[in-house]
Amino acid sequence: MKISVLSGKGGTGKTFLSVNLAQVAKDSVYIDCDVEEPNGNLFLKVPNPKIDMVDVLVPVVDQDKCNGCKECVEFCQFNALAYVGGELKIFNELCHSCGGCTLLCPQKALKEVERNIGKVESGFSNEIKVKSGELNIGEATGVPIIEKLLEDMDSHKNNIVDCPPGSSCQVMESIKGSDYCLLVIEPTKFGIHNINLVYQLVKLFDIPYGAVINKDMGDSKVAEEFCKKNNINLLDKIPYNEEIGKLNSNGYIVAKENEEFRKIFENILGKIQEEVQQ
Amino acid sequence: MKQVVILSGKGGTGKTTLAVSLIKLAKNKMFADCDVDAPNVKLIFEDFEIIEEKPYYGLKKAFKYDDICIDCGRCEELCRFNAIRDGVVNINHCEGCGVCERFCPVTDDKGRKAIRMEDDASGTTRIEKLNNEIFSNANLKIGNGASGKLVTEVRKNMYKLKTDEELAIIDGSPGIGCPVIASLTGIQYCLLVAEPSVSGIHDMIRIFQTSKNFNTKCFIVINKYDNNLEKTTEIEEIAKEKGIEIIGRIPFDKKVVESTNKGVPIVDMPDTMASIEINKIWKILAKRMDLVNQ
Repeated sequence: MKISVLSGKGGTGKTFLSVNLAQVAKDSVYIDCDVEEPNGNLFLKVPNPKIDMVDVLVPVVDQDKCNGCKECVEFCQFNALAYVGGELKIFNELCHSCGGCTLLCPQKALKEVERNIGKVESGFSNEIKVKSGELNIGEATGVPIIEKLLEDMDSHKNNIVDCPPGSSCQVMESIKGSDYCLLVIEPTKFGIHNINLVYQLVKLFDIPYGAVINKDMGDSKVAEEFCKKNNINLLDKIPYNEEIGKLNSNGYIVAKENEEFRKIFENILGKIQEEVQQ
Repeated sequence: MKQVVILSGKGGTGKTTLAVSLIKLAKNKMFADCDVDAPNVKLIFEDFEIIEEKPYYGLKKAFKYDDICIDCGRCEELCRFNAIRDGVVNINHCEGCGVCERFCPVTDDKGRKAIRMEDDASGTTRIEKLNNEIFSNANLKIGNGASGKLVTEVRKNMYKLKTDEELAIIDGSPGIGCPVIASLTGIQYCLLVAEPSVSGIHDMIRIFQTSKNFNTKCFIVINKYDNNLEKTTEIEEIAKEKGIEIIGRIPFDKKVVESTNKGVPIVDMPDTMASIEINKIWKILAKRMDLVNQ
């Protein structure tokens, strides 16, 4: 099973829900797809993780073979190539690794080499398998890392996917092939506006979904109405609670620390499993 | 014109809350919402009048014409983004590189290829105005990529009508990738909104490192500082070590949620703890940025 946890807005509690669901699920795998700011392993600490580098292909030029025809420069949509001072220059940071320039070069003066953009760390945090991606500082896109994180997923296990914020292609990439999408709603005007964007995205797929309201201060009427209006199954409301906040901000997994809090996540997971099995 | 961008790395630390208050307090300014993935500034400034609304065309996207296609599979084989599967283009995966069109071996009698790069709107940009103040924003079409280019467009739009303001305030997006890089390029000042938690600290360090590539002068504001005083101390130590000035500590204040839900900046509720602190932050920031007309 693959459960994707998403929210649109940042800071609503995606990682909080994800690590705690991974904690209460049996045979679980936690996958952190927020590769720009991965936080899951601050909670699910992995001693001596296995590190796999994620590389992309970029062109290098053999200046002796290049005759300055500039076909590659004209072709590149990303302005990653320029012909200046009688020489072809390549700007790696702008390259999207499409491979077009190398394929079309009439002189065969270009070839592709690997360039590192980040890594995938994996290992075990007690019984929980943890996989997290990390994009290098200064890199533009983490999509290749997300692809790497999600390849060879074991569907017999309970995979919990912690998605990036927003509603862009990275989020889409993360939820592909999910059995369930869990929408984490912050019951504020901002939170509801952003969950609506993600809801529009989830609707494009034929995946069951449901929502959890997080940090409920007893004033979640608008969020509840949003769910009702759109026929979104509201699985639970997690109250705003100072102790939860304190434990979480210190990097503890609340389901591990407190029996009462554990029940919240068991209840949510149970409802998700029920819906998926139907 | 001096520009300040509000960033945090981690989402939900209070970027927009702080941004809308600074926008409210500042005079002689223009502003932009560069979080095109989840734009919320508009929810606070609803009474601005839209004076320009346009579809945004980023890079062209691949469109396949099955009447010409001979199912040779060349495009599918060459596409590095898995945007063509079983002969069908998934436009959300298309990066607009143009490899498929370039290497498509068939053309019709008018010389047109079976797969072609064509315009496709990836979002909408808006320029809004109220009492001579400019507000630029946009939203990305759901599931689209390349929001960095859209961010650049939003910033350009801000300066389209006038440029004689003293200050530009830009609300940024979470993360450290393409949209954040596009919102940092060429900006002199950056306000980092940090949250006292393990995640908040981890992400603050990553966004600060990202900003260093752009020679942007950073300041830190700790939001909800009293939610975890030990972590606040940790932020203070890191700031000291890295030479970043902390220009404010906003206490946790339930009134912030109330003001957001009312659609007003917290500084419109002047007696609240958060409002008092944000007023102080604004004064310090204006001083540090050498703003004279404030």
